[in-house]
Amino acid sequence: MRAPGGLPPITTPPVEIGLILPEVIVLATALVVLVADLWVGPRRRGWLVGLSLAGLAWAAWAALSASPGVGFSGMYVRDALTCAGDLLALGATALGLLVAPGYLKRHGLDRGEYYFLVMIAGTGAMLMAASRDLLMLFLSIETLSIPLYVLAAFRRGFARSQEAGMKYFLLSTFASAFLLYGIALLYGTTGTTRMPELGARLAELPWSASGSAGAALVTIGVGFKAALVPFHAWAPDVYDGAPIPSVAFMAVIAKVGAFLALVRIFPLTLGSTAGEWTLALGVVASMTMVVGNLAALLQSSYKRMLAYSSIAHAGYLLVGVATGTAQATSAVLTYLAVYVAMGTGAFAVAVAVEREGDEADRIEDYAGLAARAPLLAAATALFMVSLAGLPPTGGFVAKFGVFAAAVEGGGPGGLALALLGVLTSVISVYYYLRVVYVIYSVGEGDPPQGVRILPCRMLGVALAVAIAAVIQVGVLPATVTSFSGRVVELFR
Amino acid sequence: MLSALIFLPLAGAACVLLLPREREEAIRWVGLASSGLTLLLGAALFAAFDPSFGGMQFTESAAWLPALGVGYSVGIDGISLLLVLLTVVIFPIALVGSWGSITQGVKAFTAAVLALECAVLGTFLSLDLILFYVFWEAVLIPMAFLIALWGGPNRRYAAIKFFLYTMAASVLMLVAIVSVHIVAAAQLGERTFALERLADVSLPPASQWWIFAAFAVAFAVKVPVWPLHTWLPDAHTEAPTAGSVVLAAILLKMGTYGFVRFAPVLTPDALVAAAPLIAGLAIVGIVYGAAVSWAQTDLKRLIAFSSVSHLGFVMLGIASLNLQGMQGGLIQMVSHGISTGALFLVVGVLYDRTHSRQISDYGGVAALMPRFAVVFTIVLLSSAALPGTNGFVGEFLVLLGAFRVSAWWGALGVLGVVGSAAYLLWAYQQVMHGPPRAKHPERLVDLSRRELLVFAPLVAAIFLIGLYPRPLLDRSEAAVGVTLARLQRPSVAAACTPPQAGLGLTALPKRCQP
Repeated sequence: MRAPGGLPPITTPPVEIGLILPEVIVLATALVVLVADLWVGPRRRGWLVGLSLAGLAWAAWAALSASPGVGFSGMYVRDALTCAGDLLALGATALGLLVAPGYLKRHGLDRGEYYFLVMIAGTGAMLMAASRDLLMLFLSIETLSIPLYVLAAFRRGFARSQEAGMKYFLLSTFASAFLLYGIALLYGTTGTTRMPELGARLAELPWSASGSAGAALVTIGVGFKAALVPFHAWAPDVYDGAPIPSVAFMAVIAKVGAFLALVRIFPLTLGSTAGEWTLALGVVASMTMVVGNLAALLQSSYKRMLAYSSIAHAGYLLVGVATGTAQATSAVLTYLAVYVAMGTGAFAVAVAVEREGDEADRIEDYAGLAARAPLLAAATALFMVSLAGLPPTGGFVAKFGVFAAAVEGGGPGGLALALLGVLTSVISVYYYLRVVYVIYSVGEGDPPQGVRILPCRMLGVALAVAIAAVIQVGVLPATVTSFSGRVVELFR
Repeated sequence: MLSALIFLPLAGAACVLLLPREREEAIRWVGLASSGLTLLLGAALFAAFDPSFGGMQFTESAAWLPALGVGYSVGIDGISLLLVLLTVVIFPIALVGSWGSITQGVKAFTAAVLALECAVLGTFLSLDLILFYVFWEAVLIPMAFLIALWGGPNRRYAAIKFFLYTMAASVLMLVAIVSVHIVAAAQLGERTFALERLADVSLPPASQWWIFAAFAVAFAVKVPVWPLHTWLPDAHTEAPTAGSVVLAAILLKMGTYGFVRFAPVLTPDALVAAAPLIAGLAIVGIVYGAAVSWAQTDLKRLIAFSSVSHLGFVMLGIASLNLQGMQGGLIQMVSHGISTGALFLVVGVLYDRTHSRQISDYGGVAALMPRFAVVFTIVLLSSAALPGTNGFVGEFLVLLGAFRVSAWWGALGVLGVVGSAAYLLWAYQQVMHGPPRAKHPERLVDLSRRELLVFAPLVAAIFLIGLYPRPLLDRSEAAVGVTLARLQRPSVAAACTPPQAGLGLTALPKRCQP
C-alpha cells in the first residue's frame, strides 16, 4: 500500500506502556513533585518526600507484577534482570530521597528539584537494566548521568561543589563519547545495535579489530560510570566536593546502573564469546580491587576513604561479571542489593555530623561519636563491618557469593580473582575498622572542636532501613538470594 | 537445645544494650545472669550427653542459604563437648573477674563479652563449614573491640595486628572451603557444606595438599603454632584481663579444635603425611615458648609465651594421631584454659592494685597477700603440670602418645615440662618472695570475697580434673575413636603399613593405632 505522493507510510512503533509502567510511574511522580514544589510551602516540603516515596512504592509494585516481554521494536526488554534492576534502583532512589532533606534544609537548598533529579537518575538506572539495544543503553546512561552532574553541583554557592559538578560533567561526557564510538564500531562490524543479534553475529564472524575495539570502548564507557580502575580518577574528587547526600545517592545508583548494564552486555549478550573478555575483565577487576583498597588505606578524609572503598567494591562486583555464570550473575545482584544498603548507609552517617557549619569530612571528626550519639555510632560500625565483608552482616554474604561463584565457575583465573579478592578484603578491614576505632575510642586527646550531631527523622528512617537490610541479608540471606536467583532463568 | 545454648548469650547482650548506660550494676548482673544460664544449660548438656556414642548428638539443622547449599546445622560430640564446657565455665568467671577493673563503658564491654561467647559456642558447635566460618570470623570483631577499647597502652597496635593476622590466615580457608564444596558437588551430585556429607567425599591427593595447607594455616595462626605466633604476645599483653582470659583459655582452642574436627574428615591423607611436620613445629614451639618465657620482664608476656609452649603440647598430642595423644591434647586444651585463664586473672589482681605488669616492680607479695599467695601457688603448679593437678593429666597423656610414635618426640616434649616448671617457679619467686619492691605496698591488699569467688571454681576444677579426669576422658573417648578411624581409610592405611623404625613400644604400626 502506498500513500499518495509516493512516500512509504510512516508506521510508528507500538507504544507498549504496560511494559514500561514502573519507569513511567517514577517519571510521572518526578514531574508531579517538580510542579507541586511551586505550591508547597517551605515548611511542608516533607510532603514532597512522602509523595515521592509513595510513587516509588507503586513503581515497585508495578515492577513485581509486570509481565515479561520485549517491546519498542526490540529496544526494551522486561525480564528477571529488569525486574531485579527496577527494585535495586527504586531502593537506592528511596534511600537517596530520605537521606537528603535535613542536609538541604540546613544549607538552604531545600527545593523540589533535588527530589526530581534523584528520581530521574533512578529512572535512568532502571532503563539501563532494561536496555536491549546499545543506543537505548547510551540514552539511559545519559538519563542517569545528567541529573547526577546537577546533584554534584547542587550547592551553588560552594566552589568545591561547583568544581565537582564540572569535573564530573566534563570527564563523563568524554566517557560517553567513548561509549558512542564503541557502539559505532560495533554497528560497523555487525550491522546492528540490538544486543542479542549483535552477540550472535560477533560469535559467527571471524575476529576483527573493529569488533574488539568497539566492545572495549563500550566497556570503557560503562566502566567509567562504575568507577573501575583505570577509569576511576574522577570518583574521589567528585565525591569529595559534592554535597554528602548527593554522594550517598550517586555512588550507589551509578553502580547499580552500570553493573546491570555490564551484566546485560557481558554474560547475557556476549556469553558465547566469553573467552575473549573474561581475561580483560579479570585484569580490570584485579586492578580495581588492588588500587581501590590500597588508596583507601591512605585517606584521612571520610568521604575520600569511602570513595576509594566504592571503587574497591566495584572491583568485587566485576569479579562476578567476569566469571559470567548464572550463579555469578545472581551473586552480583545480591551484592548490589547489599551495597545499596551499606553504601548509602555509610555516606548517610556523615550527613548527620557537621563541623563548624560544614561537612565533617575528616575521620577524626568522628572521634568519641559513641559517647555522644550511640545509635549513630553503632550504625556506622555496622556499615563498616559490612563493607569489610565480615560475618554476620550482608557484606559477608555478598562477597562470599561472588567469590564462591568465581572459584566454581571461573577456572584457575576465577580462583586467582577470588584469592586476590579475599586478600584485598583483609587490607580493607584496616581502614574500615580504623573508623570504628576512632568512633569508640575514649579519652584519647581532645574531642574534635566544633563538631555537632544533627539528627533528622527522615535520615533516621533511611539508616534504620539500611541497617535492617544489612542485618537481614547477613542473618537470613535466603530472602534475597532466592530472589536474585531468578536471574538464572535468563541463562537457559 | 544447642541453638538455645549458642544464642542465649546473644539474647543477654541484647538485654544489656537495652538497659540505660548509667545502670552499671544492673548491666553487670544481667550479663552474669545470661552467661550463668548458659553455664547451667551447658551443665545439663554434659549430663545428658551419651558417652558411648561417638557421633554427633543433639543435632539440629535447617536450610540457611539453600541456593548454595549452606545450612544451619549444629551438633555436639565428645570433642566439642569438652570445649563447650570450658567455654561456658570461663565466660562467667571472666565477666565477674572484670567487675573491679572495667569502670568505663561497662555496657559495651558486657555486650561484647556476651557476643563473643555466642560466636565461640557457635564455632565449636557448627557442623556446616560456612556456618563455622561465619562464627569463626565473627569471633574476631568483639575480641578486637575488647583489646582496642579496654586494653593497655599499646592496644590499638595489638588489636589491629590480632585482627589482620588472624583474618589474613582465615580468608584462605574460605577459598579452600569453597573448593571442597565444588569437588563434593561433583562427587555427591548435591550442593552441600555439611561436614557429615563432605565426609563421604574423597579429595584428589593434589588438592588435598593445598586445602589442608589453607586450613592448617588458618588454624595454626589461631593456636598459635610456632612460627605463626607473633600476634599472640601483643594481643595477650594489651588485652584487658577478661580479654586475655578468654583469648588464652578459649580462642586459642578454636585453632586446635579446627585441626581435630576438620583435618581428619576432609584431608585425612594430607594430615597423616603432615603429622611429622606438625609435631616438629609443636616441639619447637614447646621449647621456644618455654625459653622465651624465661626471658620476659612483663608478667603477661611471660604467660603469653607460656601459652605458645603449652599449646605446643596440644599440637604434639594431635600430631601423634593415636588415642592417648589426642585425648591428652583434648584434656590439655581444657586444662590450659583453666590454668592460663587463672594465671591471667592472677596477674589481673596484681595489675588492678598497682597498675604494673613488670616482674621487677614486685617482690615479697606473699607476705602482704597470703590468701593470694595460696591461689597463685595452686594455679602455678597446675600450669607447671604437677601430678594431682589438671596440667599433669593432659601433658602425661600427650607425652605417652608421642612416645608411642617416636621416642624423640616424647623426649623433646619432656624438655618443655622441665622448662615450664623452671620459668614459672622463677617468676613466682621474683614476684612473691624476696624484699618488697612495690612503690605503694599499702595498695597490695589481699583478695576480696568477690575475687575469691572468681578463683574458687578454677581451683576446684584444677584438682577435680587432676584427681578424677574420668568424666572428661569417658565422654571424649568414643568421639576421638571415630575421628581416628577416619584416618584408617584404605589409602591411609596403605601409607602406614610399613612398620616404622624407631624406639616404638609395640610392634604395630604406631601412627595407625586407634
